[in-house]
Amino acid sequence: MTNALMSAGLLLCAKIPIPLTGLTNRLAELLSLPPNSVQNAFWTIAVGAVCAVCCAVAGCFLVLRKMSLLGDALSHSVLAGTAGVYLLTGQVSPLPMLIGALVAGLLTAVLTQFVHERADVPEDSSIGIVFTSLFAFGVVVVSQAKGVHLDLDCVLFGDLALAGVNLNPMGGYLWPAAFRTLIPALVITLAFLAVFWKELKLSSFDPVFATTVGISAGLMHYLLTTVVALVTISAMEVVGLLVVALLIVPASIARLLTDKLSTMLWLASAVGVACTTSGYLLALWLESSAAGMTAVMSGLLLAVAIVLSPHEGLLVRAARTVRLRVRICAEDVLAGLFRQQERSSTPAQPVQSSRTECLKLAGGGLLAAPALRWLQSSRLLTGTREDVRLTTQGTRYARSLIRSHRLWESYLLENFNLPADHLHDPAEAMEHYIGPEMQERLRDELSQPAEDPHGRSIPD
Amino acid sequence: MTAAILDIHDMTVAYDRRPVLWNIDYTISEPGLTAIVGPNGAGKSTMIRSVMGLVPMVSGEVTAWGQPAGSQLDRISYVPQRGSVDWDFPISVFETVLMGTYGALGWFRRPGRKQKALAAECLERVGMQDFAQRQIGRLSGGQQQRVFLARALAQQADLYFMDEPMAGVDAATERIVFDLLRSLSEEGRTIVVVHHDLRTVAEYFDNVVLLNVRVVASGPVATTFTSDNLQATYGGRLTVLDQMAEAVQKQKETT
Repeated sequence: MTNALMSAGLLLCAKIPIPLTGLTNRLAELLSLPPNSVQNAFWTIAVGAVCAVCCAVAGCFLVLRKMSLLGDALSHSVLAGTAGVYLLTGQVSPLPMLIGALVAGLLTAVLTQFVHERADVPEDSSIGIVFTSLFAFGVVVVSQAKGVHLDLDCVLFGDLALAGVNLNPMGGYLWPAAFRTLIPALVITLAFLAVFWKELKLSSFDPVFATTVGISAGLMHYLLTTVVALVTISAMEVVGLLVVALLIVPASIARLLTDKLSTMLWLASAVGVACTTSGYLLALWLESSAAGMTAVMSGLLLAVAIVLSPHEGLLVRAARTVRLRVRICAEDVLAGLFRQQERSSTPAQPVQSSRTECLKLAGGGLLAAPALRWLQSSRLLTGTREDVRLTTQGTRYARSLIRSHRLWESYLLENFNLPADHLHDPAEAMEHYIGPEMQERLRDELSQPAEDPHGRSIPD
Repeated sequence: MTAAILDIHDMTVAYDRRPVLWNIDYTISEPGLTAIVGPNGAGKSTMIRSVMGLVPMVSGEVTAWGQPAGSQLDRISYVPQRGSVDWDFPISVFETVLMGTYGALGWFRRPGRKQKALAAECLERVGMQDFAQRQIGRLSGGQQQRVFLARALAQQADLYFMDEPMAGVDAATERIVFDLLRSLSEEGRTIVVVHHDLRTVAEYFDNVVLLNVRVVASGPVATTFTSDNLQATYGGRLTVLDQMAEAVQKQKETT
């Protein structure tokens, strides 16, 4: 079938020109590949990109409004719409099929609300009930259809790999056939965004408030659903049921990477294009399904985003934890040296210690050495291997820590009914988080702020 | 005689056919600060939500300045509970406040320089100008509440309904919020607040509505906020009303 289509494409080529042939030919020369396959790849990637952008933009709002399941539902009910039109008209022609699919999509949205409200079923279950029923209806009709070619595989997986080969004449040029629905879908999506940007933002963020200022959240919901249905149907020709991945995943990735709505839309589009392009090229290389590879790529990119996200990413969080733990180790060293100094015969002089001992004070773990390095680089500790001392600055820092520790012990003794030997450990944990402001508050709360429960003075 | 600012007449509200507010009658004729106070489940939020048309009434009517309240929404502002929105939504503090101007703009018109200046001014009034570009989720509870208030200010309404603006707010924010409400009221605006902290009612409010599925008492704080009235409000629900509500629900289900 591929060969037949290719040769049909070649035949047509001879008569009607394909746009940008010069560009693709030069690309082919550069990569020293056959011009024909470069041209096919180019237009496939173009179709994938348009498809990805539509889906990503619409998907951002699905994700933000927590309506992700709707994309799933719409894509499944499309089959029912197509089947319904076939039952009614007995034939398969593109425009009625498109209308049927759109009607089925809207029917899904309305039925979902209806079942949810009237039958008192939770909304997610209601979506599940409606779309599986509609999908099943579609499957039954399609499998019964004799004599007419209704390709189930095409609905399920799309034909991204052939999108650049399957060409149609339009305006004197040969364009990818998928453009016939994808370009209008893109234009409508972008126009919808441009016209309703303010309303969309408001009703997505705070639908109740939107309604009280006269911008109906319900109307916006149905408008958005219509646009999503249109996008889903157009994109399904290319990527099949895996359209759900293109709707939800790039938007989720973009959300992880930014805190700004407009940036999120751009990023999601870029990520979507990256998914379809890399998915198609990988599928070519591995001789696998292009739509499948696209979905796999989106999953991989999501994993990368989870690790790299600037605010809550695993990497940032790990770095934050390590930094905190290094600081805690370092502070343990400072406090330990200060206590030794207090107990020594010359409490006014910084006590002499060694690197080995300091490492022990820092807990001796993996973070002990970095903690000491940090102390020396911030000039809190000074000296050589065998003679390590607190600097003036370090002594001040340590005194404040001890103050926090003893204030907390006193506070615990006054307000918690704890035995005296249970005070040290909690204070050891809390001392790292008590700043000057909290010290003031604690002192004000205490009846005897000069001594800790063990009779040691609380330093200023 | 000029029409009352707000007149709630015989308002009854039901959820799922079961009445939750009975025959509410309440009139505000003078600008000022009013607290709606009552136990959990008394219908405090429901009362202001149904005035805003967010919950349908079974019977009764609500007028503002002599007109149906629904036709006066451009002069009325509603501040929902802080927990009612998704604070992870990717918008900044400034954009959120700017949304206060959307009602006056109506459909399609975009906020311009005038609206942005207004939003900046409102942000300054709640002391949040330094956070303008911050994503709203990266704020403390008190700061989020102030953003909501700034958005309400940007609506430039004459009548404000606020649902628990003090819930989960630190003492400093509570002070700021009340100073703000006081100054709004001095500008001749009317503010109705669902309030949960009985200790501060006398200090902050002019009028009080004591609510427990019905209006137990309403009027100036000095004469209404008495221990007898509080006893009547918090001393358990009226069991007859509960049984009646059940009877209504059953009746409607069987016929």
